[in-house]
Amino acid sequence: MLKQRALLGACITLGLLSTPLYADTLRISIMGEPASLDPHKISGTWENDVAGDLFEGLITEAADGERIPGVAESWEISDDGTVYTFHLRENARWSDGEPVSAEDFVFAFRRILNPATAADYAYLLYPVKNAEAVYTSEADPETLGIEALDDHTLQITLERSTPYFLDQLSHYTAYPVPRHVVEEHGDAWSRPGNMVSNGPFALERWQSQTRIEAVRNAHYHSHDDVALDRVIYFPIEERNTALNRFRAGEIDVARDFPTQQYGWLQDNLPDATQTAPFLGIYYFVVNSRDGHPTADPRVREALSLATRREVITEQILGTGEEPAYSFVPPGVSHYEPQQPEWVELSQDERMARASELMQDAGYGPDNPLELMLRYNTSEDHRRVSIALGAMWEPLGVEVDLYNSEVAVHYTDLRQGDFDVGRAGWIGDYNDAQNFLSLLESGVANNYGAYSNPEFDALMAQAADTQDLDERGEIMAQAERLALDDAAVLPIYYYVSRNLVNPALQGWENNIEDIHRSRWVSFED
Amino acid sequence: MTTKPIPTTTPLDGNAAGESLAGEAWRRLKQNRAAIVSLYLLGIIVIACVAGPWLTPWGLNEVNWNAFTAPPSITDGHFAGTDANGRDLLTRTLYGGQISLSVALVATLVSLVIGVLYGAIAGYMGGRVDNLMMRFVDIMYSLPFMFLVILLMVVFGRNILLIYAAIGAVEWLDMARIVRGQTLALKRREFVEAAHALGVKSTTIVTRHLIPNTLGPVIVYVTLTVPKVILLESFLSFLGLGVQEPMTSWGVLISEGKDIMQSAPWMLLVPSAFLAITLLCLNFLGDGLRDALDPKTR
Amino acid sequence: MLYYVFKRLLQAIPTLLIVITVSFFLMHMAPGGPFDGERQLPAEIEANLLATYHLDQPVWKQYLLYMGNLLQGDFGPSFRYKDFSVTELIMQGFPVSLELGLWAIGLALLIGMPLGIIAAIKRNSTVDYMVMGTALAGVAVPNFVIAPLLALVFGVLLAWLPVGGWNDGHWRNMVLPVVALSIQQIAYIARMMRASMIEVLGSQYIRTARAKGLAEHEVIWGHALRPALLPVASYLGPAIAGIITGSVVIEQIFGIPGIGRYFVQGALNRDYTLVMGTVVFYGALIVLVNLIVDLLYSALDPQIRYDN
Repeated sequence: MLKQRALLGACITLGLLSTPLYADTLRISIMGEPASLDPHKISGTWENDVAGDLFEGLITEAADGERIPGVAESWEISDDGTVYTFHLRENARWSDGEPVSAEDFVFAFRRILNPATAADYAYLLYPVKNAEAVYTSEADPETLGIEALDDHTLQITLERSTPYFLDQLSHYTAYPVPRHVVEEHGDAWSRPGNMVSNGPFALERWQSQTRIEAVRNAHYHSHDDVALDRVIYFPIEERNTALNRFRAGEIDVARDFPTQQYGWLQDNLPDATQTAPFLGIYYFVVNSRDGHPTADPRVREALSLATRREVITEQILGTGEEPAYSFVPPGVSHYEPQQPEWVELSQDERMARASELMQDAGYGPDNPLELMLRYNTSEDHRRVSIALGAMWEPLGVEVDLYNSEVAVHYTDLRQGDFDVGRAGWIGDYNDAQNFLSLLESGVANNYGAYSNPEFDALMAQAADTQDLDERGEIMAQAERLALDDAAVLPIYYYVSRNLVNPALQGWENNIEDIHRSRWVSFED
Repeated sequence: MTTKPIPTTTPLDGNAAGESLAGEAWRRLKQNRAAIVSLYLLGIIVIACVAGPWLTPWGLNEVNWNAFTAPPSITDGHFAGTDANGRDLLTRTLYGGQISLSVALVATLVSLVIGVLYGAIAGYMGGRVDNLMMRFVDIMYSLPFMFLVILLMVVFGRNILLIYAAIGAVEWLDMARIVRGQTLALKRREFVEAAHALGVKSTTIVTRHLIPNTLGPVIVYVTLTVPKVILLESFLSFLGLGVQEPMTSWGVLISEGKDIMQSAPWMLLVPSAFLAITLLCLNFLGDGLRDALDPKTR
Repeated sequence: MLYYVFKRLLQAIPTLLIVITVSFFLMHMAPGGPFDGERQLPAEIEANLLATYHLDQPVWKQYLLYMGNLLQGDFGPSFRYKDFSVTELIMQGFPVSLELGLWAIGLALLIGMPLGIIAAIKRNSTVDYMVMGTALAGVAVPNFVIAPLLALVFGVLLAWLPVGGWNDGHWRNMVLPVVALSIQQIAYIARMMRASMIEVLGSQYIRTARAKGLAEHEVIWGHALRPALLPVASYLGPAIAGIITGSVVIEQIFGIPGIGRYFVQGALNRDYTLVMGTVVFYGALIVLVNLIVDLLYSALDPQIRYDN
């Protein structure tokens, strides 16, 4: 009898034990296989989900995406905004117990800017003094504007005042890497078994194309506040698979879901379906190069006027996006997005004005305008492109649709072989400059080759402005200018889409869609 | 006996002497109910795809601004519903049939003409010729198809004929290997060796003795090629080589429909039904044809 | 016989050499490069990346460089998956694809062959039409429709099996992908088996065998089956090479870590070294399976000989 009861007790204990054990594992589907786990060799969005749990920069993100102290406990900024002095936590440790020193940051910055590392995203650190010169081997790595004053004090000098620099320090390009491990293993340091990291979690296992497992890092400075014992990341490219696995309870968080299922999800999984404004713009580039009909601003404006964004977002896509009239999405810090003045007009008035503009430009029903519209293969791009063609038809525009896979698409855009082309931009950091710089003359991502000296001058002026609000206003002027020129054709602002197990706590939507597992826990 | 077109033929009892081979085949085909029903159904589908678009109340690219992703409805005139852009699905499916059926037809012809001849020649010649010809097939199998397609597009621009060229380039390979395998076995049979001994020309042996005897597997494989190329075509569209909007095809429509099969099942079911019926008919017709053309089994 | 095998293996070298050369230049002639994505990199970054991977050199030089490395067994690093070399990627993924593929082919043979034989024996009967009609449904519904449907029904709604994931090759994770892979093959094998069985059953020597008074099952199993397998074998050679190198659709839908995705994604990403790795691997496999099929021919039909 006694024995039986003991057995029963054991069962209960086991049962109790096993439930939280299970519950303390977070299973996330990320949108693809990481290119690498070395923070210097990644450039995608889903790598960030993993790397941000494994590593921590000087600055890090709170659950709501706010920037909070990471490895740096405190810092001072010089009055001219060019010298940053960081005081590092004494208890910051790598997952092998070694202390995280200022020297590790110096090593990391020099490493990512070393051309031999071949880091795609090295240019994000260009605000640092001499960074570009070091990358192009015009200056010695020692001249880079980063210096360890002592083990726990780090000084970073910038080329010039860069208001968004603190934000950038939370990006994976600014993570420290463990000098002692990298020097021991070389490029193989980021493999499971070798990898040592300083974030809340440490890599345990990486099975290419199927799962990555990380366990709580006992040496992490705030490891007592981390609720999860383990995080498993499943790379799943196919959104429908992520949805199915979520429905079957195989994963707790899906970092995206198929847009077409939004209606179904709202009806059937309303508690789990999370959408929120996201720092990105879905737009069409209009080619301003000479020889293209879209070089005429009247034509561009007419096309923009005739584009019924509400119909696209609500009826054709129906996926919760917000129609876009500005290029900078709302919610960017120290910035008020602008709109073209015609936003107030009704659709009929817009069409009337568009027809007038087209007539002025010499087009009409008897002289139809033929446009070559390019989009890269995707169900959503296809639908939007077809809708644009149909919406412009009343203006006497005949649209030829060209679809191609992504590498060909962007090669064609770059070469200017299009009139209208699909594009999108996700902000690298929360700043209007990151978007508006796409419209500066001669910039690589300015596919439409829009060029307005006034716009360029305003952007240059903004770059030299210290005061954040004043700077924002100057950039707003620039944006208004570009919108009056109809430099691009904004369609909608992206939204982030997540499926989140309602039993999860600490998951907060934010404009950058950054969610670190250290804030997440399961309901008791 | 061995010089007759189809040597293993046993005398057909009650065969009217005056009847031509084709007439005889047709007479036999008519006796196969499944084949005849299939033939009629196929005819209806072809006619519908060619003439149908004029009969439906909507155009290929005509948008109904009041009906996006609308389910089938008689009152709207959208008998099979609309797609996400408010275009009539039935109209699009019928137009898509023109592309899919013509692609299937061309692929079938290519695989029949090139594949069968190539395989029969390789098998019959044997030795070094066979070896060389088959190594070429190995090479064709191994080349990265996607780059072949992308380059075709770069060199020739956007052209519907390219779909045929790209599909033709790969579709004859399986057939060539199958026919060669059959030929290797057949050429050692007495009737071929006898024809050889009697001094019948090689071309005659290949075309009149060997190829007709591979007919069974050939017809079956041809009918299996059809769904393969119809779906391959949708992959080409993905790369930007296949049909382009506003034109469409069954393969493209099916792959569009698969993502929303739960919320808008008609977008998957309508084109799939057309494809499935076509395939079933083709297969039963193929079986019937084989029986009708092959005199040794009746 | 041994001499023939040896000769064929020797011929594989020039065959693969042609494949590699043609593929290499095809690939480099296609527009777009490995670093062309949604964002254009700053000029100096792009130049540095190109130089790192020797892509700034003339194609013929790159070709010589690649061939030089290949001769030493080095397939190079993947441009996209930077933590792994191409060899590692293929060697990690291939066992998975192979295991799934072999199960799928096994299942397809196990079901497809008997179906085909039954249909052939009872041809033009109701049984025949039913069997062939069902098999055809497998061809008519493409795998990108079948696979999500299976996942939805058996994974989500009935919750009998996991929806996705590999789980170190647990059998429960293999059931759905294996079924999805084999459905089409069942149809192919059944259809071809039926046709060639009918062909063989009508041939002279089977009539002779029947005339000798052999029982029907002896005729079928003892005399008809082997020659009837010939066209199935011809088809299966390249088909097996295709199946055991994975299917991008099945892998993506069920989250299987096989190598099928590399064939498509390698090309889409212009991951040149990965593309070449898959080409060499697949080419070698094609050469090998076609050799095996040719040897199988003589086993199925002793009259087929290769020594002139």
